[in-house]
Amino acid sequence: MMQRLDRLKESPSQTAGPYVHIGCVPSFAGIEGVYPEDLGRAMITGDAKGERITLTGRVFDGTGTPLRDAMIEIWQADAAGLFNSPAETRGSADPAFAGWGRQPTDGETGIYAFETVKPGRVPFPDGRLQAPHITMWIVARGINLGLSTRVYFEDEAEANAADPILSRIEHKARVPTLMARRAGSVHTFDIHLQGENETIFFDV
Amino acid sequence: MHNNPPETGAFYPRDPDWHPQALTPGYKTSVLRAPQRAKISFDPTLGEIAGPAFGHGLLGPLDNDLILNFASPGESAIGERIIVHGRVQDERGRGVGGTLVEFWQANAGGRYRHKKDAYLAPLDPNFGGCGRTITDAAGYYSFRTIKPGPYPWPNGVNDWRPRHIHFSVFGTGFAQRLITQMYFEGDPLIDICPIVNTIRDQAAIGQLIAPMDMANTVPMDAMAYKFDITLRGRRSTMFENRREGN
Repeated sequence: MMQRLDRLKESPSQTAGPYVHIGCVPSFAGIEGVYPEDLGRAMITGDAKGERITLTGRVFDGTGTPLRDAMIEIWQADAAGLFNSPAETRGSADPAFAGWGRQPTDGETGIYAFETVKPGRVPFPDGRLQAPHITMWIVARGINLGLSTRVYFEDEAEANAADPILSRIEHKARVPTLMARRAGSVHTFDIHLQGENETIFFDV
Repeated sequence: MHNNPPETGAFYPRDPDWHPQALTPGYKTSVLRAPQRAKISFDPTLGEIAGPAFGHGLLGPLDNDLILNFASPGESAIGERIIVHGRVQDERGRGVGGTLVEFWQANAGGRYRHKKDAYLAPLDPNFGGCGRTITDAAGYYSFRTIKPGPYPWPNGVNDWRPRHIHFSVFGTGFAQRLITQMYFEGDPLIDICPIVNTIRDQAAIGQLIAPMDMANTVPMDAMAYKFDITLRGRRSTMFENRREGN
């Protein structure tokens, strides 16, 4: 008889629910004093290198109503294209930049906002350079498994055209759903969970 | 100390039939929040394979003690005192050490300390409901809390959530990021919960039910439940495709 693979199964996901803030953004829930501050609130922790940007937007449901109870996390390279992670083997990332951030969508307006730096380019596994992008993960009541997407920058047309992920998307009409719109240092990225302008979500 | 470089292999694909689908109409809120188009797949890049790391310096001494971390001096939370412990491992069975685990829950009466929760069961002035810890080198974690109560929610006319604790786990790569819920052995509400039943496979549901653990119960003090969490496994990196000279 053959040997067995004996692979375990991943713990199945469940929704983060409407009170995700209690555990992840306690100040939003009205809980003060357990932790010094909400984890992931500040991504820039010193004199970080690179261009400072604000990434902001809203998350819309299938009726166009903004989610006011979502939580968004982002993960990105620093201005030099390096990740602040033990798995980064190409060099040391900027110590003044965390690379990871977490924000709720506002309870009234549904707006989220991250103060961050524009990421540098990171190679694809085959060596080609990817366009600058931010990885985004969205959880909320009604979302059973966290949704992954990518934020690209509309002012990086040349890099975007050569990006290995963007260029494999068959339905080109959907690519603009991954582009943040720029106004000065503010980059607006709205997420549409469902419907005509549905954002591209990735299975990675 | 060891001289092995950090693992950087890509993660095993997620099993979409094991996780809940996005559209699960029994859980009404999912109907308008479920994408309708197929996800686009690609083999993970460094941005998915790498993830943030959190040092033990992050933690305060009571961060994993929900009985005390919101209580006034000399007071403690009301309810069944329990210890919840287990191991964070990957699909290969390897312990995931040094990873952040966050958890949150309602109090003994099923009331959340959140401005949006208007359930008539009272708040416990000595219970906040959030905690966190970092797994040890072998992947183990533990925390102390009170057993949360069930609570009603506006889904069906008479739906009640089983007793549960929410978990948020990071792993070592951002593609391992997972939020889930732990349930308690023997709770009759588990079988009829629309959120539990977003998962179609009974074996998958079973993986979220923590058994009572008498061996780790502290006599005259606290009951114990064991809850292991499995994150995505990763390939070895022996033969990753690389360009010449790279």
